[in-house]
Amino acid sequence: MTLTAEVTVRRGSLTVSAGFEVAGGEVLAVLGPNGAGKSTLVRVLAGLLPPDAGRVAVDDVVWDDERTHLPAHDRSVGMVFQDALLFPHLSVADNVAFGLRTRGVSRAAARAAAEAWLARVGLAGLGGRRPAELSGGQAQRAALARALAVDPAVLLLDEPLSALDARTRLTVRAELRRHLADFPGSTVLVTHDPVDAMALADRVVVVEEGRIVQAGTPLDVARHPRTDYVARLVGLALLPGTGEGRSVRLDGGGVVAVADEAAGPVFAAVRPESVALYLSRPDGSPRNVWPARLVAATPHGATVRCELDGEVPLIADVTATAFAELGLAPGAQVWATVKASEVAVYER
Amino acid sequence: MSRAVSRVREGSGVPLPLLAPAALGVAFLVLPVIGLLVRAPWSSLGSQLTAPGVGQALRLSLVSATIATLLSLLLGVPLAWVLARSRIRGRAVLRALVTVPLVLPPVVGGVALFLVLGRQGIVGSWLDDAFGITIPFTTTAVVIAETFVAMPFLVISVEGALRAADARFEDVAATLGAGRWTTFRRVTLPLVAPGVAAGAVLCWARALGEFGATITFAGNFPGTTQTMPIAVYLALQRDPEAAIVLSLVLLAVSLATLLLLRDRWLGRSGAPL
Repeated sequence: MTLTAEVTVRRGSLTVSAGFEVAGGEVLAVLGPNGAGKSTLVRVLAGLLPPDAGRVAVDDVVWDDERTHLPAHDRSVGMVFQDALLFPHLSVADNVAFGLRTRGVSRAAARAAAEAWLARVGLAGLGGRRPAELSGGQAQRAALARALAVDPAVLLLDEPLSALDARTRLTVRAELRRHLADFPGSTVLVTHDPVDAMALADRVVVVEEGRIVQAGTPLDVARHPRTDYVARLVGLALLPGTGEGRSVRLDGGGVVAVADEAAGPVFAAVRPESVALYLSRPDGSPRNVWPARLVAATPHGATVRCELDGEVPLIADVTATAFAELGLAPGAQVWATVKASEVAVYER
Repeated sequence: MSRAVSRVREGSGVPLPLLAPAALGVAFLVLPVIGLLVRAPWSSLGSQLTAPGVGQALRLSLVSATIATLLSLLLGVPLAWVLARSRIRGRAVLRALVTVPLVLPPVVGGVALFLVLGRQGIVGSWLDDAFGITIPFTTTAVVIAETFVAMPFLVISVEGALRAADARFEDVAATLGAGRWTTFRRVTLPLVAPGVAAGAVLCWARALGEFGATITFAGNFPGTTQTMPIAVYLALQRDPEAAIVLSLVLLAVSLATLLLLRDRWLGRSGAPL
């Protein structure tokens, strides 16, 4: 069972155009900033929005092409939305049984299946409740059970965790991972949170302004980001330039010394924890030292993530103690250094 | 709701330029009703109520208003859905046309109905020739006149409820295999039920009080077309006390229905009533 999609759809000024394949049992994450066209894409897959051009098919069954537009209710999909959207006038069990009932399953059988699914997602005994009586995490679990109960060929998850508070998100994410491992169909997960993509997906496509800018395994995308957005997401500063032996001349100006030989168009990627900050130009002779201005500082656990602007834009993680000792504040002038061996270089 | 009420009570926060006209408005709306109660011939109430014709007119009013409301639900809810959800062209024009009876003087509505459904009317002459059916000056005419005047209230109310309802629930239903009709029945309609109930009450109250279109199109025949409002109007010229009593009955019935439905269907958080 393989989902194949190659679609173009216009939404106002944005043209979303993307193609991908998702095999049975595989989870594809569509990662991108808000407004990148991710939700539009998933609505097309669901059949809620006809594409302007392209083709969507599951194996040999065509869902969309020039001639066909299979409406949502005739597609074998299950969909989970950001805010669970459980029908407020039905009990939780009736919500989960809804898809089976519309497909002609008898009331008793649908009810039994719903109870079994509720037990699987850890909501045994809550079937009689109204959706309003559930917590956010419980509601999202019920919504997942509702989508999976119809045994769909394609599971669509549209920001399924973003409406949850941080702690709940952690547990629901772990459970979701388990359920996805058992799910034999193709899963498309739309998210703007790289952690969701890394934790849940087998493959990631990064969408920006309606286009796929990068595709690969989560590890690959994290290690070798191809756009600023991806790099920032995973914390890397991404510096495009041209390799000249053991240094990279950056497109934006400046030179970065690197440990290995490099040639041609490359990315120099710098991890935030390998950037050190000083108030005055450090002594000795580190080869990579640049003046910079601190533009933003965000606490990040025990460290503070500092965004630096200058000839070479960087992201630095410094310990909260060091941050305080240096007396840093946005607007401060600093010197940033990076060891050549800490700079990753890969081809563009 | 209760919080909102208590806030108003504490409310020293109402500025005088708003408070004075608001108080005047309340007086304007409530005083006539009080006047009705004060002038009521309480001693002769019993004999007045059992006078011939009163029960007849009341029964006719209740039955015709109820049938008109059912008819409005049957036609008006689908119409509201079309106005709120469909993508057909000319929806704005359609909405304007549907709301015409809201602003049309009811007497004009009665004349219009007469021109279409009267014996010489466009549809009426055909009905007469083909089936021998004559509509004007029958109880059917009463129901038609009331429906014509009252249905727009239901349509507007239900359309508002549909627009306010989250259409994404319908998307969810579609991804769960529900076609548009199933979605309408099992998701949309239950979601807007309070709006439908509110619209039906509004519609029923309007139909119960209908006068102009009814007397023009259906006339004034005791037992078949003489509804309560018409009976009140006629009684006022002949016997003002009887008019007051009939008015009281109409007032009591309206209030009782409103309160009953408010508790049963509309809940305390309540629809726009």
